[in-house]
Amino acid sequence: MKLAAGVSAATTPLVSFSTLSHAMDGRTVLAIPGWEQAAGEHALVLGPSGSGKTTLINIICGLVTPTSGSARIDGMDMTALAPAARDALRRRTIGLVFQTLRLIPALTVRENLALAQHIGRGLHDPAEISALIARVGLAHRADAKPRALSQGEGQRAAIARALITRPRLVVADEPTSALDDSNAAAMIDLLFETATATGATLLVATHDVRIRPRFAKVLTLAPPALQAAA
Amino acid sequence: MTLVGLSFAYLKDRGLNTALNILLLALGVATLVILLLFARQLEGRFTRDAQGIDLVVGAKGSPLQLILSSIYHVDVPTGNIPLSAVQALRQERTVAKVIPLALGDNFRGYRIVGTEPAYPAHYGAVLSDGRMWDKPFEAVIGADVAAGLGAGLGQRFLGSHGLGSGQSPEHDATPFIVVGRLKPTGTVVDRLVMASVESVWDMHGIAHDENEHEDEPDEAHGVMQPEVTALLVTYSSPLGAIQLPGFINRQTNMQAAAPAVEITRLLSLVGLGIEAVQALALLLLLTAGLSIFVALYTALRQREGDMAMLRVIGASRASIFGQILVEGMLLATAGALLGVALGHGVIAAAAANFRQLAEMGLDAGRFDIAELWIVLGALAIGAFAALLPALRVFRADIAETLAHSR
Ligand SMILES: Nc1ncnc2c1ncn2[C@@H]1O[C@H](COP(=O)(O)OP(=O)(O)OP(=O)(O)O)[C@@H](O)[C@H]1O
Ligand SMILES: [Mg+2]
Repeated sequence: MKLAAGVSAATTPLVSFSTLSHAMDGRTVLAIPGWEQAAGEHALVLGPSGSGKTTLINIICGLVTPTSGSARIDGMDMTALAPAARDALRRRTIGLVFQTLRLIPALTVRENLALAQHIGRGLHDPAEISALIARVGLAHRADAKPRALSQGEGQRAAIARALITRPRLVVADEPTSALDDSNAAAMIDLLFETATATGATLLVATHDVRIRPRFAKVLTLAPPALQAAA
Repeated sequence: MTLVGLSFAYLKDRGLNTALNILLLALGVATLVILLLFARQLEGRFTRDAQGIDLVVGAKGSPLQLILSSIYHVDVPTGNIPLSAVQALRQERTVAKVIPLALGDNFRGYRIVGTEPAYPAHYGAVLSDGRMWDKPFEAVIGADVAAGLGAGLGQRFLGSHGLGSGQSPEHDATPFIVVGRLKPTGTVVDRLVMASVESVWDMHGIAHDENEHEDEPDEAHGVMQPEVTALLVTYSSPLGAIQLPGFINRQTNMQAAAPAVEITRLLSLVGLGIEAVQALALLLLLTAGLSIFVALYTALRQREGDMAMLRVIGASRASIFGQILVEGMLLATAGALLGVALGHGVIAAAAANFRQLAEMGLDAGRFDIAELWIVLGALAIGAFAALLPALRVFRADIAETLAHSR
């Protein structure tokens, strides 16, 4: 059944969940109705701080099991899988861009990508790495360590690393909230451009209303107080 | 870039810390290797030189001194014994072989031994060139002597009295002539100059059968009688061990000492010292292990975010666990190999600078199988030091780590 779902990927939504809720320490931190995101349909999860955006992303990535409801990625029920199968599904389909980038400081940009490529796809393709680095405009900094990169260069490297595994879904948690207007715009531009070029679908979580106009599809999370009331 | 490559990158990233930990481990390994090689080679040399010699008969005194001087040629002899003892012992039914040794002289620090061709033969020595001695003052030299002096056949030299390298005036008697050189045997024979017993007597002006000076009265030689320093005895039956030593020690002016007994005693004394240093070296190894543990532990605390990220992009717990273990093992391997190299280097330097050590047969080029155990031990310490920090991978919750690390 899972296999059939995977094969008919063209019609199954890339991300979908039924009514989903999650409680931590006996407090409901996330309660949302069902939602679907088709492949190619870049989406934004918008909500104030504490509204459960990171929690939702963790559920989608299979890092957190929701208290009730389930999340399906590419037709497979992430929440129902065993830990190892979750790791495999995430590895195959999801690329992550972290707010703090999380590039490995001991490795150069090129090596960071090579490691992700090795972990994600079990192969080493230097040509693809170089091409992707060039695509994000980092060719001249490919052999620099992350410490030596500017904030913008680091973000480019982080996006390149998320894409090197050829994920169908690129998830970014607060990619712009710490950036000034022009940098935030540049970051979103780059995400759109590279995702479109590699055929990946974006799912961006943020409280940064500046990027709201860039997305046609938006999932708005209510402030914690309102969720509790609901 | 594999996870092993990542281990290398992390080690390189904190290079000074890595270097210090490798050095710390290497020092512990080197100390153990030095002790091991020293003890093993000493023991090997001791047993090889004493092989086939069941009993040493010499003048009364310290039995250990008798053994050291007559088998290993490292101490001064206890005195001399009458030549007649040779014949007397050879008539014993329990005795297979008696080799007489006349000691007391040296040439440039190499001891001159008055003996019979049976002596080099006992150690399986064969001539590399020349022939055995058959007249007084013909000498056959061991391989180390030949190499050390650069002496060739036909070379003449004067012996000096005493056993150290010659402060005492050289005998102004007849010079020795080298008639033969021996191939290396790896035994004490390599470091000796061998000639007939009569040569040694002549050097000291002792009358003997072959030198019949009928025209000179005996008084010209004072009271000196033909003597030898020690006899190396091989039994023909185990009965010899029961009867002979007791008889000699009680009924004669001589003493009999069994090499096996004395060497065991000596090695147990040396062994105590070695064990003490060994304990210190083990402590050093454990310290190195602890230091690796601390280094990995603190490094991993800083890398929690890295690890969570690797987990998120799809690395399994097992592979990250393995990566940390590899990091510890790389440190340990480098430390162990450096330690072995250092150990052999120190032994080479010691043998080059201290002649006594070289004479003991200390050889930096020989590896001992037990070194493998030391290396494996160091690797185990490295693995164990990495194990505890690595186990954290299995406890850590990724989502939580991501939330609380940068
Ligand atoms: N480990 C935890 N234990 C208990 N409560 C938690 C835990 N982690 C998060 N929460 C709570 O869950 C709620 C949602 O947190 P979450 O991190 O998903 O919010 P967010 O929308 O990502 O916020 P931000 O925009 O500040 O990142 C918050 O109220 C938070 O306090
Ligand atoms: Mg968040």
